[in-house]
Amino acid sequence: MSDAMHIHPEVVTTHDVHHDEHHVHHHKETFISKYIFSMDHKTIGKQFLITGIIWAIIGGLFSVLFRLQLGYPDTHFPILETVFGKWAEGGQIKPEFYYALITMHGTVLVFFVLTAGLSGTFANILIPLQLGARDMASPFLNMLSYWFFFMASIVMISSLFISTGPAAGGWTVYPPLSALGQASEGSKLGMDLWIVSMALFVVSSLLGGLNYISTILNLRTKGMSMTRMPLTIWAMFFTAILGVLSFPVLLSGLILLLFDRNLGTSFYLSDIVFADPNGAGMIILPNEGGSAILFQHLFWFLGHPEVYIILLPAMGMVSEILSVNSRKPIFGYMAMLGSLFAIAILAFLVWAHHMFVTGLNPFLGSIFVLLTLLIAVPSAIKVFNWLTTLWRGNIRFTPATLFAIGFVSLFISGGLTGIFLGNSTIDIHLHDTMFVVAHFHIVMGVASMFGMFAGIYHWFPKMFGRYMNSTLGYIHFWVTIVGSYLIFWPMHYEGLAGMPRRYLDKSSWVSFTQFGELDKMITIVSIIVFAVQLMFVFNFFYSIFKGRKVTTPNPWGSNTLEWTTPIRPGHGNWEGEIPEVHRWPYDYAKDGREFIPQTEPVGENESKH
Amino acid sequence: MSTVSIERQRKKIHPHKFTMWVAIGSMVMMFAGLTSAFIVKSNQAGWKTINIPGVFWISTAVIIASSITVQMALRSFKQREMNQYRFLTGLTLVLGAAFVVLQWIGFQQLWEQKITFRGSGAGQFLYVIFGLHAVHVLGGIIALIIMFIKAFAGKVKLYSSVPVEVMATYWHFVDILWLYLLIFFLIIG
Repeated sequence: MSDAMHIHPEVVTTHDVHHDEHHVHHHKETFISKYIFSMDHKTIGKQFLITGIIWAIIGGLFSVLFRLQLGYPDTHFPILETVFGKWAEGGQIKPEFYYALITMHGTVLVFFVLTAGLSGTFANILIPLQLGARDMASPFLNMLSYWFFFMASIVMISSLFISTGPAAGGWTVYPPLSALGQASEGSKLGMDLWIVSMALFVVSSLLGGLNYISTILNLRTKGMSMTRMPLTIWAMFFTAILGVLSFPVLLSGLILLLFDRNLGTSFYLSDIVFADPNGAGMIILPNEGGSAILFQHLFWFLGHPEVYIILLPAMGMVSEILSVNSRKPIFGYMAMLGSLFAIAILAFLVWAHHMFVTGLNPFLGSIFVLLTLLIAVPSAIKVFNWLTTLWRGNIRFTPATLFAIGFVSLFISGGLTGIFLGNSTIDIHLHDTMFVVAHFHIVMGVASMFGMFAGIYHWFPKMFGRYMNSTLGYIHFWVTIVGSYLIFWPMHYEGLAGMPRRYLDKSSWVSFTQFGELDKMITIVSIIVFAVQLMFVFNFFYSIFKGRKVTTPNPWGSNTLEWTTPIRPGHGNWEGEIPEVHRWPYDYAKDGREFIPQTEPVGENESKH
Repeated sequence: MSTVSIERQRKKIHPHKFTMWVAIGSMVMMFAGLTSAFIVKSNQAGWKTINIPGVFWISTAVIIASSITVQMALRSFKQREMNQYRFLTGLTLVLGAAFVVLQWIGFQQLWEQKITFRGSGAGQFLYVIFGLHAVHVLGGIIALIIMFIKAFAGKVKLYSSVPVEVMATYWHFVDILWLYLLIFFLIIG
């Protein structure tokens, strides 16, 4: 054991085994152990990221396809039939295909991109690097976490290629639609594969979450007290807790659903009558005593925390990036931390606001209204602090900064419509309309994508030792922010007018014909925005190999520990001993100095943080 | 290594042990989800209660015994009495397997009482909840088998008691979880 270990006893307790192993085995690293079955948290993070990017392209493409249908319900696109065959006969998207597309778009983006792709990537890369740890608490479980995600991906992808198609009952898979194979093509084998894939996904995210929590609580370097952690780590910490406590409940709900589907139980099914497809009259199913609402409770007990599982990592990264790039300390560190904590608690107490009009007791609804609107308080604290961090800052407008500011803008716009929807009375009018689509896409979907983009641009130099192209980054940002508002802002008006979401073709309603041209505009903009995302993907992969090389270990002049590692850190992150931490990570523009890294001891005349 | 650092080591919980505790938290949430689904359903029309077959009492005794043996195994490991450790690990393994078999017999007895998957009463929940618990015990058995083999294939001497402690913690958890589930079904089922 090296001398370094004597100076940092905490490190000894946690890393003695792994650390020695790595040094012994370094020369034996093969391609497979380095890039495929890797136990290095940085490589696992990149695996999550690249898998997430592939999923984002697939999920984004799905949205372009159904936008084609929504924008041009009467037009025929022969190319669709060429590519999708019977799913788009005559060049028009068939109803079954349309529902499969929206279901898969939701599933893929919510779980595979914005959960695994976002927190899988950045929790893996940043937690050990910013805490001063050589790796996760259990690198093996961490590797398993990725490979369970990979298996979940394979199962979900394979469901796209079966003859009855993938799950098509919406990403929330409400029974009885999802419980009965007779209900639709997508409720046949595709639905079973969906459940299996999600079960694997839950295992993956649990293994990941366990590791994140115990790494954060146990493997911090010397001097890194909890209140000296960067806000990114706090956000990942609360994200992991939310995941560990809520995903198992989803698994319970899905297991019961699997029983209902395949073994004849009636947990969710009761009094089902449907018309025989062969015209032999009505068929009455024997299932009795089930409750469809029960599934919704189990689903949304995960489903709502899931929103914050998606959002919190983006919030954490935005806090860090805004502070670094406005060269100012984060405004209200403890308030940021307290509001993260408040959001994490409230996340578990608001799930029924998704169920105001599905048969929930109205009295219960009023309690959930109160709790839901309470989220506005910590959210407003965060927005205030981001704005005051930027206020009179010496802002460097890197692509990462722009995306972080874009996140704040979207979070405000989308958050405000949340106040509408959180009221159960207004929700009677607005539920299941395009207003809801606008709300959650802006506040959670696009905002978190912006957080992810900000993180990728900002930490790309750490991940690959090269920069991404900034010009392409600026084009990416401006087209995406303008495009996002052009796509989702008009949907508020459609929703207020009562236009339902998830409908294939609204042209038979005279009241919605006024929105025909608007829907065309939205479709055209989504195609442009999608094309620009492909440009980002090009920039990403091109820069991995050909980007401008990083020549200084700390290109952004940042205080956090990840920039004290070599430009291309090996497994174990620091070549010598792990640095000791003496201060919080936000000493920017202090005592006439631009930045003071966490590793620098506090001076005699300096106020302590 | 200096005495100071050893002192610090003792104070801090090993990250693997801590990970197990967090994992237990998530498993608790899973069964909390299922048992609260049970409570919600039990207030609705068409609910049917059941009588727990007596064999589940035997399995309760078996799993409690296995909890004691795993604790004794941990103690003998710490005292470096490896033969006793091997014997007690093996005994725990046998008791764990016996538990799963007894659960299976219990399921069969219920099935013979015409409590099948049809319906949505306590019986159907019992199959799901006890079944998932048995899956967790099976996971523990697999881990025990691995430790049992490692205890014999000992070219490398095992000194760290952490894996054994993690194992014992998990085993006690499935034991306590079983007691909770049994009492739950006795009172509400």
